[in-house]
Amino acid sequence: MERIPILRMGHFLLVTIQVDLYDQLAENLESDLVHMVKKTQAKGVLIDVSAVSIIDSFMGRILGNIANMSKIMDAETVVVGMQPAVAITLVELGLPLKGVYSALNVERGMQLLHSKIIFDQEEEEAEAEGDDDDHSIE
Amino acid sequence: MKNEAVKILQKKKKTILEQWSTNQLASDGLRDDLISNEDQLAQSDELLTVFLNALTDDNIEDPASYDFEKVIDILSGISISRAKQGFSSRETGVYIFSLKDALLTVLQQEIQDPTMLYSQSLKINKLLDNLTVITFETFIKGREEVILRQTDEISEISTPVIRVWDGVLALPIIGTLDSSRTQIVMENLLQEIVETGSSIAILDISGVPAVDSLVAQHLIKTVSATRLMGAECIISGIRPEIAQTVVHLGIDLSQIITKSTLSSALKTAFQMMQLQVVKKQREKVSFSKI
Amino acid sequence: MTIVKEQDVVPFRNRVKEYAVKMGMSLVNQTKLITAASELVRNLLKYGKGGNVKIEVINQGRDNGIRLTFVDQGPGIENIELAMKDGYSTGKSMGLGLPGTKRLVSEFNIQSSVGKGTTVTIIKWKNG
Repeated sequence: MERIPILRMGHFLLVTIQVDLYDQLAENLESDLVHMVKKTQAKGVLIDVSAVSIIDSFMGRILGNIANMSKIMDAETVVVGMQPAVAITLVELGLPLKGVYSALNVERGMQLLHSKIIFDQEEEEAEAEGDDDDHSIE
Repeated sequence: MKNEAVKILQKKKKTILEQWSTNQLASDGLRDDLISNEDQLAQSDELLTVFLNALTDDNIEDPASYDFEKVIDILSGISISRAKQGFSSRETGVYIFSLKDALLTVLQQEIQDPTMLYSQSLKINKLLDNLTVITFETFIKGREEVILRQTDEISEISTPVIRVWDGVLALPIIGTLDSSRTQIVMENLLQEIVETGSSIAILDISGVPAVDSLVAQHLIKTVSATRLMGAECIISGIRPEIAQTVVHLGIDLSQIITKSTLSSALKTAFQMMQLQVVKKQREKVSFSKI
Repeated sequence: MTIVKEQDVVPFRNRVKEYAVKMGMSLVNQTKLITAASELVRNLLKYGKGGNVKIEVINQGRDNGIRLTFVDQGPGIENIELAMKDGYSTGKSMGLGLPGTKRLVSEFNIQSSVGKGTTVTIIKWKNG
């Protein structure tokens, strides 16, 4: 089955949506991403929507869901690179994507995540050792 | 042939054209400052030729006939171009009225029988009246196009996006903010944010005469859209009267960063970007980054 | 064209986009129209179990536009006024579909009779 690839970049996960999503694909993405957050203990999720020309209420809801699910698993979500036309449309639609951070591009998104998450030095060391079990609860 | 007029008019084309130009010269509809005599004559000649070619025994009583399509096309072209050139509606109307006069004059000269003359004149009259109406319609349409273009230009020039600092955009809004205007403001602003990679936008509304709930809604929309893009939006230039009306109307602006002046908004922007403005010792004021 | 399954949505959106691009609609208006179309097609699938969509190019005076007609034979909507309210939904969505869609387009018309189906017509003018 077709899937959206999820890349791991250090503490973050990066998802680049390149195709127009149909519903099943978006729902898959939602569950895949949540599982990846658990598996990798990611602290942040970056969703790059710069290639997406349409975000309707369903897609908006998926994005909101991902953010809220990640949030309760202790990861922040940043939507990056939204097209101006898409932003205007979402606002008109009455969908301000509450609880989702946004950034202009991936780089800014990373900066934003870094500023939101204060890394503990020890934690990073522990992670470097591959000892993942100690900090599942913070 | 029932309608003698058709034949007569087609035969007497040259006379009609002469008569028509004489009429035009005599009337106050001639504007040699806007169109040269030769051009006008060529225009008239073309119109008359097409008109007479289209005129047949059958359609003389039927102005809606498809045969006149081409005549109407040319006529529309003439009136639209006249509207754009700045002719008045009277001048454009007189142009076609003088054609009617010319046609009727020729008929008068050629047809002896009064009953015949009367019925033929009436038909031509009706036909030409219809053409006149079309002329006016298209003339107004031409004018509307001019107005539309100007409206576009006004909204284009009235919403400049200024780069006040690296990463900070300012957008002074002058005049009333309606929904189409908001649309343009939003588009320009968001486009500019993408192009410059700015993270803060300042909307200055000191030039907006009044803020009612609708305008406030538009502002909130713009701010939300900016945030969706990943930039922050500050609204500045809130005058005391605006603050009063906003509170009296019960509009909630608490989600938006608002400042009274552009300079304090800029200060806030600097703070957000962790920039500091310091006075350089012994020298001119300059900005430095910490 | 007929919409019966989820996979029809993306091709349909592309069709609408083609029309909009051909007309020279601005990017923002294009996006609004396609988003609105997407919302309505979703409704068509969810509540009407599929249906028919018609895409037409229309013009009024000097303004061109695109008209989309969505017809389904679903259960219909009992209270249209309520359905047009922000935040109301019989399904589990956010209830933004219909009122949100209305804000995105120039003209919005909905007709529905319980048990027979629903017809939604939207128009988006090129400059508005």
